[in-house]
Amino acid sequence: MERTFDRCEAVLADLDLGEVRRWKQEHPGARAIAYFPVYAPVEIIHAAGFLPVGLAGAGDRLDIQHADARFGSFICSIVKTTMELGMTGHLEPLDGLLFSSICDSARNLAFVMKRNFPQMYVDFLHLPQNPGSPASVDFLAQEYARLARELEQMGGAPVTSESLQAAIRLYNQNRALVRRLYALRSASPHRVTAREAYLLVRAGYFLPVEEHNAILEQALAALPKRKGKLRDSLRIVIEGAFCEQPPLDLIRLVEDAGCYVVDDDFVLGRNWFLDDVATDSEPLLALAGAYAEQSRYSSVRHDFRHPRWEALADKVRHTRADAVIFLIAKFCEPAYFDYVLYKKKLEEMGIPHLLLEFEEKMFTFERMRMEVETFVESLVFD
Amino acid sequence: MSPTPNTEYRGNIHQRQKELMLKWYERLDESAGSGRPLPVSLMISGNCVELLEAFEAVPLYPEVNALQLAIRHQSLEPILAAEELGYAADNCAYVKADIGCYLKGITPTGGRLPVPGLVLCNFVGCNTYIKWFEHTAALTGAPLFMLDVPFLRTDEPSPADVDYVVRQLHELVAILERLSGRKFDYERFQRAVECSRQVEELWSAIKNLARRSPSPFDAYFDAITLMGPLYVYRGTPEGVEFFEIALRELKEKAEQGLGVYEQERFRLVFEGPPPYPYFRTFRDMFAQWKACAVASTYSTVGGLWEFGARHDPAKPFESVALHMLAQNVTNRNYLQRYDQIARYVDEWDADGVIIHFVKSCRLFSAGQGDMREYLTRTIGVPTLYIESDLEDPRYFAEAQTKNRIDAFFEALEHAKLTGRTRPAAQEGPRPDARLRVLP
Ligand code: SF4
Ligand code: SF4
Repeated sequence: MERTFDRCEAVLADLDLGEVRRWKQEHPGARAIAYFPVYAPVEIIHAAGFLPVGLAGAGDRLDIQHADARFGSFICSIVKTTMELGMTGHLEPLDGLLFSSICDSARNLAFVMKRNFPQMYVDFLHLPQNPGSPASVDFLAQEYARLARELEQMGGAPVTSESLQAAIRLYNQNRALVRRLYALRSASPHRVTAREAYLLVRAGYFLPVEEHNAILEQALAALPKRKGKLRDSLRIVIEGAFCEQPPLDLIRLVEDAGCYVVDDDFVLGRNWFLDDVATDSEPLLALAGAYAEQSRYSSVRHDFRHPRWEALADKVRHTRADAVIFLIAKFCEPAYFDYVLYKKKLEEMGIPHLLLEFEEKMFTFERMRMEVETFVESLVFD
Repeated sequence: MSPTPNTEYRGNIHQRQKELMLKWYERLDESAGSGRPLPVSLMISGNCVELLEAFEAVPLYPEVNALQLAIRHQSLEPILAAEELGYAADNCAYVKADIGCYLKGITPTGGRLPVPGLVLCNFVGCNTYIKWFEHTAALTGAPLFMLDVPFLRTDEPSPADVDYVVRQLHELVAILERLSGRKFDYERFQRAVECSRQVEELWSAIKNLARRSPSPFDAYFDAITLMGPLYVYRGTPEGVEFFEIALRELKEKAEQGLGVYEQERFRLVFEGPPPYPYFRTFRDMFAQWKACAVASTYSTVGGLWEFGARHDPAKPFESVALHMLAQNVTNRNYLQRYDQIARYVDEWDADGVIIHFVKSCRLFSAGQGDMREYLTRTIGVPTLYIESDLEDPRYFAEAQTKNRIDAFFEALEHAKLTGRTRPAAQEGPRPDARLRVLP
């Protein structure tokens, strides 16, 4: 198992996208299409015979030299490091970039990227924010059809019902495995740490889905057999890190301070649907319908039929969490906003919470360690 | 340096604008007392006020309230109240001011503001709208309708985009029927759309007057005075009358060769909303140099009509949808904004572009460094980049801002004297900023 975790860690530490290069060598002529967090219909990219790649900033491994001047102050790190990755040649193995309507910074980034990297296919998908309207599913299916045509024009294989259905099956399997991993961690957090689960899931950003499925299956076979004793730790839910990703050390820090992370919204797009996407209907409509009806709640998706703060409350109840830690990327406007109503709801429920802000590139965690430890102590000795 | 001239345009327009806005606040106050007319809160950008007009509902624009507060130096208290509730220092300060007002019962005029009978989130452009309106709905218990308008990610909206918005507009009609207790009056809707068409024609003619030198009005600072009636009254005969007066007056002024300044020294394009808490101070910093705005992107948040777009009473639903989708700066993509500015620079004959980076508004500000790079390197126009906020008075560094503005004009003046008004643009054709569109 340790070797698998090391492999995953190496995959996501590689700013030069070695796995993507390897895949392209093995598939001459095929393209790699990256998507900016949070959600993208990876099935369509797969059906065109291309490799979907999750972009998630540069972590702490890249100095920002150029992007600050392009984006200015008060903008989150992932926007800047993505730009910086492009300006330093790190995105070279990618042929296209997909963005969607998550926030104003990311939206403008899409077009700044388009201007600065004219050789790349850059597109923006409008994911509907009014899922209660019957019109939204038809609209989204047409938006997906537009994407499929773009990929075909880039030399992709024809996106057919069959190829889409096959892709949906593979990704259904992938999401089911991720769900099982999360369920395992929630039930037996001593068998798999949050950091380990994170590595396993996030590696899927860069690997072909077939390979990722194999890794997850192997892990799910091995992990329940692991030894370990259930400690008397706090059960916490992490909320707010749905787009920009926290440094690995920060995830570990939370655990080391005496918390079991029983649910989180890291790498959210890998685990987007609550259950399987239908495979017995027109696939683009099935994907669009799933987006409207089966999506997880998120700060960048809106469904007032079931507000996010109610969904967080459900999650806390369902996982029997003792507390919530808001782990929010600095300058992440959607997360900042949601904090207000999440907090209100948790206070009504009497669930304690702690707010932490992070940046991709953090050098010192001392202050945070203190905050988490104090928080944990205050609850344990309450 | 000569004393600051009084540059603000004051004629009948100014008086009439005040009356109209007061009347609007009176209607809101009346509604706060009786629930009638039905108050519907919505965003300025790509608004569908014509549809509300069909139900005699009164639009409640939280942005207008927020800017009124800021300009009257009353925004800090509500902002702090909202921050106490948990809003972050960097959240859009318009939202904080609005929510803070609700919490504290503050209104810009002293009258009452109604709790909206419908929170209509016309999601045109900025993602913050969604959060703002969800929060309003959650805090007040008012019903919410999320009108999802696809962001313009291709050159033109596709038939699927238009169809999607039209279908939602019909859903909205059913909701308004229920809430207002009135049947939808299609002819009244058409008449409102026709009023909008006329207003747009007039407003567009006004904006085109600024092509003249000297420009008879300032297309940033004075345009803001005209924008209130533009949003609140666009779909009404009062709106048409107001813009008739405005065009007549400004045209007369232009024909007499009168400008904002006796001698217009610089012509500018402004990008981004103004720092409302320091509106007067900021304006004076340009007035001292006799620098006149001939165009601005901010004055196109509600609609981009100077390039020819109009509502169409023959196709009222489609044209409302098209306006929401494509004819306002915030729902157009970022590169289209670059093109819009470049067009102003060329066609309105500007000497420079002022980019105002608004700290709490990512929609306008994220990426403005790249925009600046494009404008100076590719278009070859001098730019000045200033940072502050549109609502939060804590982010305006007066002395520093003034220094930078003065330095900019000194350099421009020097360039004029030496006959080089523009830095050399990059060789070769401009890159194609448009998106790829499929046939
Ligand atoms: S981290 Fe937040 S602000 Fe930054 S791109 Fe993601 S959603 Fe937008
Ligand atoms: S973020 Fe900007 S565009 Fe959006 S509501 Fe705030 S000020 Fe307006």
